[in-house]
Amino acid sequence: MNRKLIDKERVIKLILLVFALSSLLFLFTIFAFILTEGLPLFYEAGVKAIVFGMRWAPTKAAFGIFPMIISSFMVTFGALVVGAPLALACATYLSEYAGKRTKLFLKPSLELLAGIPSVVYGFLGVVYIVPIIREHLGGAGFSILSTSLVLAIMILPTITSISFDSLMSVPPAYREGSLAMGATKWQTIRRVVLPAARSGILASFILGMGRAIGETMAVIMVAGNALKIPTSLLDPLRTLTSNIALELAYATGDHRRALFSTGVVLLVIIMSLNLVANFWVKARVAK
Amino acid sequence: MAGTKIRVRDLLVSYGAKEALSGIDLDIYENHVVGLMGPSASGKSSFISVINGMINFEDGARVRGKIRIDGFGELSGRHDHVALRKKVGTVFALPIPLPRSIYENVVFGAKLKGVPRSELNELTEVCLKKACLWDEVKNRLSESALKLSGGQQQRLCLARTLALRPEIILLDEPCSGLDPISTAKIEEALSELKRDHTIILVSNNTKQIARASDFVAFFYMGRLIEFGPTERVFTNPEDKMTDDYIRGKFG
Amino acid sequence: MRINPRLTDKVVRGGLTFQALFTVGILVLIVAVIFVKGFPYVTAEFIFSYPQDMGRLGGIFPSVVGTVFLGLLSIAFATPLGVGTAIYLTEYTKESSLTRIIRFGVESLAGIPSIIYGLFGFIFFVIKLKLGWSLLSGTLTVSIMVLPTIIRTSEEAIKSVPKNLRMVSFSLAATKWETVTRVILPSAAPGILTGIMLSIGRAVSETAAVIFTMGSSLRLPTSIMDSGRTMAVHFYILAREGISMEKAYATAVILVCSILIINIAAYYLMHKMIARYS
Repeated sequence: MNRKLIDKERVIKLILLVFALSSLLFLFTIFAFILTEGLPLFYEAGVKAIVFGMRWAPTKAAFGIFPMIISSFMVTFGALVVGAPLALACATYLSEYAGKRTKLFLKPSLELLAGIPSVVYGFLGVVYIVPIIREHLGGAGFSILSTSLVLAIMILPTITSISFDSLMSVPPAYREGSLAMGATKWQTIRRVVLPAARSGILASFILGMGRAIGETMAVIMVAGNALKIPTSLLDPLRTLTSNIALELAYATGDHRRALFSTGVVLLVIIMSLNLVANFWVKARVAK
Repeated sequence: MAGTKIRVRDLLVSYGAKEALSGIDLDIYENHVVGLMGPSASGKSSFISVINGMINFEDGARVRGKIRIDGFGELSGRHDHVALRKKVGTVFALPIPLPRSIYENVVFGAKLKGVPRSELNELTEVCLKKACLWDEVKNRLSESALKLSGGQQQRLCLARTLALRPEIILLDEPCSGLDPISTAKIEEALSELKRDHTIILVSNNTKQIARASDFVAFFYMGRLIEFGPTERVFTNPEDKMTDDYIRGKFG
Repeated sequence: MRINPRLTDKVVRGGLTFQALFTVGILVLIVAVIFVKGFPYVTAEFIFSYPQDMGRLGGIFPSVVGTVFLGLLSIAFATPLGVGTAIYLTEYTKESSLTRIIRFGVESLAGIPSIIYGLFGFIFFVIKLKLGWSLLSGTLTVSIMVLPTIIRTSEEAIKSVPKNLRMVSFSLAATKWETVTRVILPSAAPGILTGIMLSIGRAVSETAAVIFTMGSSLRLPTSIMDSGRTMAVHFYILAREGISMEKAYATAVILVCSILIINIAAYYLMHKMIARYS
């Protein structure tokens, strides 16, 4: 009886260990296959030709994705410029000014809205934002502006939610101390609370960035499909993500491998962002 | 003289560099209540943890010495923990009911042990009676145990332990924070229970030890200062420290 | 010229309130527009009939079925793995380099964008494992996508079970596994279920990964090797190919509705179960 019990517990522990290791296995497999398909082209055509190449015509051995890299960064930056301050303002209001009931109602609502699929955002972007831009500002409507706006709206819940959590975790004593010294509420927020929550807020920005740069479906619908580096806010563009999604279904041979190479570049960018977020934030928190 | 249920020789317990118990030689007699008294941090709870094997869950805890339990064998660290705890039941200082009904709480351990369903109802009644709780809850066994008062919850914990029919029952300051009536009920239960069980009662309250135990062991700073029949120790202590403690001069 | 700080205070408060309302307003507006434009076309017939003429006419029944299957099957795969991982990390080991590596792996999985999952699922399940565009390929891909969420929420739920409950369980001669299954998991169930339902929501709204693994066949999927569409994929194709605005809006209504219902149900369930256990 004794023996059997100990063995059963050992087996269970082993099974659970295998389950836990499965995450590592999946991660490894994903990287392995993406790299196996995507790296060879870097050797054959050269890293420079791909990463810095200006021409994308994969059926004719032109694999340049530089315009797409630039486009990806531009719309991400645009999304942050528009979305981050707005989201931070929203989070600050929720955390510092809103009553308990408002908080209780709005926070879950925000998280609910974060669950709206990206294709819906893209669709509404095409139907409403693109025509408005086309009519009032010119251009095709499919532009950096439209993409940035749509992405900004998409990352609002993410940034708001995490910044809110950060702000809420600043100890009340900080605020009380500042107010006791005669500061107004806004002075307190600006000089005490926001700096205290700085690392969490920055982390939320980086996470928002990660979400924006990895977004595919919404971008496809509002970015247009231009293969050149956009020179104005109203120019259409193609990002790394839309590059992959638009052509994967019918690509073969080198063309397909070029799409995987695009994936490799995207993966590198996003993983770097995540690492920066993790280490930077951790370093600040440790201080 | 009754047989020895637990024989402890040269027990040493340390947490890292700190010694909690050293050089303990003690015989716990069957079917008696042995009280452990002494100020806090004198090692009483560590002693309990050794007997019920829960000390193995503490990181960095080291146990040396010989502990022999009649009917089980030696506690060696590699013994069968689950089997040990079927023989040694514990009631902790704070009542910790499981977030379930009163009935479910009582039968939890029994079910795991394999007691057939048909016997569970009777077992529940018997155990709750022995814990002096039956009358108060007999009509609401399916209610959540969390609705009971502190004293009732503690008696429930006792009943729950009894359901496993342990040969030894350890109570680690079971009445701390309880009202006098609940305390009295628990002491009343113990005086009945000792007929079928061997009981170790840890308490900071010397009066409770005097009331409820047959033998008493006085612990101080990890050492066993004195051990003997309760009446003798309280009226005629051998060691001056024991005398001081009983008189309330410290602790 | 010094600006009166009290005035600044008031202005700032007004500004922040406005921005907060604006933010919430946009998001509410999005849902409202979808509903206003799409609800008129949502009928029982729409949900239960088959698409005709590439979706220009008829309903979306195959997509509904595809969505349900994908959601439930990916949870079926991911939950045991996820909850098991969480149990292992919290109950069966102490913090060590192994646990740190595992957690790093989980966090990394969570950070991978969905198009990469699409690429991976495509090359690995569809091509290399020869599963083709199928419910199986889609399910396996989406399971890995939602695994980190399930692990994270399960771990949190298990950690919030009070420590002394474990002590009590052990003192009543329960083994570790018995303690896990009879004490810890029941208490952690609300949190775990919430994570599961949130993951279903994620699986249902996922498009990039699904379209390249499950395909976009309009037929009703009847076996796990069949290709099919989810509502999100169907919606995307309707919108992008400009097939039908009305049908697109209607599909969006059902899609958004499903996700909202799942999320609300998750929170409701969690509150109800917490109440029951305390």
